[in-house]
Amino acid sequence: MEINDIIKPENLVYKKPKLLNERNMHYCPGCSHGVVHKLVAQVIEEMGAEEYAIGVSPVGCAVFAYNYIDIDWVEAAHGRATAMATAIKRLQPGKLVFTYQGDGDFAAIGTCESIHACNRGESIAIIFINNAIYGMTGGQMAPTTLLGQKTSTCPYGRRADLNGYPLAITPLLAQLDGTRYVTRQAVHTAAAVRKAKAAIRKAFENSMEGKGTSVVEIVSTCNTGWKMSPEKANDWMVENMFKKYPLGDLKNVDAEK
Amino acid sequence: MPKIRGAVTVNTERCKGCNLCVVACPKHVLSLQEKEVNNRGYHFAYMAVPQECIGCQSCALVCPDACIEVYRVVEK
Repeated sequence: MEINDIIKPENLVYKKPKLLNERNMHYCPGCSHGVVHKLVAQVIEEMGAEEYAIGVSPVGCAVFAYNYIDIDWVEAAHGRATAMATAIKRLQPGKLVFTYQGDGDFAAIGTCESIHACNRGESIAIIFINNAIYGMTGGQMAPTTLLGQKTSTCPYGRRADLNGYPLAITPLLAQLDGTRYVTRQAVHTAAAVRKAKAAIRKAFENSMEGKGTSVVEIVSTCNTGWKMSPEKANDWMVENMFKKYPLGDLKNVDAEK
Repeated sequence: MPKIRGAVTVNTERCKGCNLCVVACPKHVLSLQEKEVNNRGYHFAYMAVPQECIGCQSCALVCPDACIEVYRVVEK
């Protein structure tokens, strides 16, 4: 059988989701953001929610998320995405409201809004991209930066006595009564991508059913900020990031029953 | 025994040559163009060993730019 006999519309098993438009993404080659954008678009398409999904984009690399996924978006002030999502969900409870935030937005400047939104148990879904660095501004140290990790503002590695300890924010959120589903995923292999997609789907369904806050942390790479090739960055993430940020469900109220 | 055959198409203008699909492929089908580049200057991915493809979608799942389409057929 020739390749041309295989490449036919009836044999198509995987294609770009329709909601992800034709614009070329501005992300660096190999950036995890692209994969997560694709998953968000796929999940919304599968749920048939393109008419009533509202995303809140952050400040950070993902600030232009609204350029790539064809749904309604709002751009929030830095760190205030969860506060804005709260307002949208309260005014329009029938909508699927989610935020898409990086670690600088969610776990640094927006820590207060993030924790309080989760504590109030707002029925929003939070997608939190944790790459342990401030990617957009040039690879500075973030609260989530690992001990010993080199960034442009800690060129000799992060030190606990000088810079404090890395902040694992999702376990904190899992303790709060308002959260329904807190999970940590990654997108470095095909299997991990499938799991991450299932987690995003569950978070979105929780938002639609008004069940409380769902947080999906995606441990990601920033190969430019880490100064590695994309595949080396994936290996480095598996080796170092997963020790501090192990994958799996941190809280799943539905499964506990 | 029926054999599963697959093939992929790469949207070469969208591809950024990050090499993640090449690493993800269990059959080592994909490779980056060594000399050719697309309009944005990236060495895009292509099927170097097309007969080995099993249509498992690993490359398409990890592709950050959603530029891979996967086709799959059961050969009788």
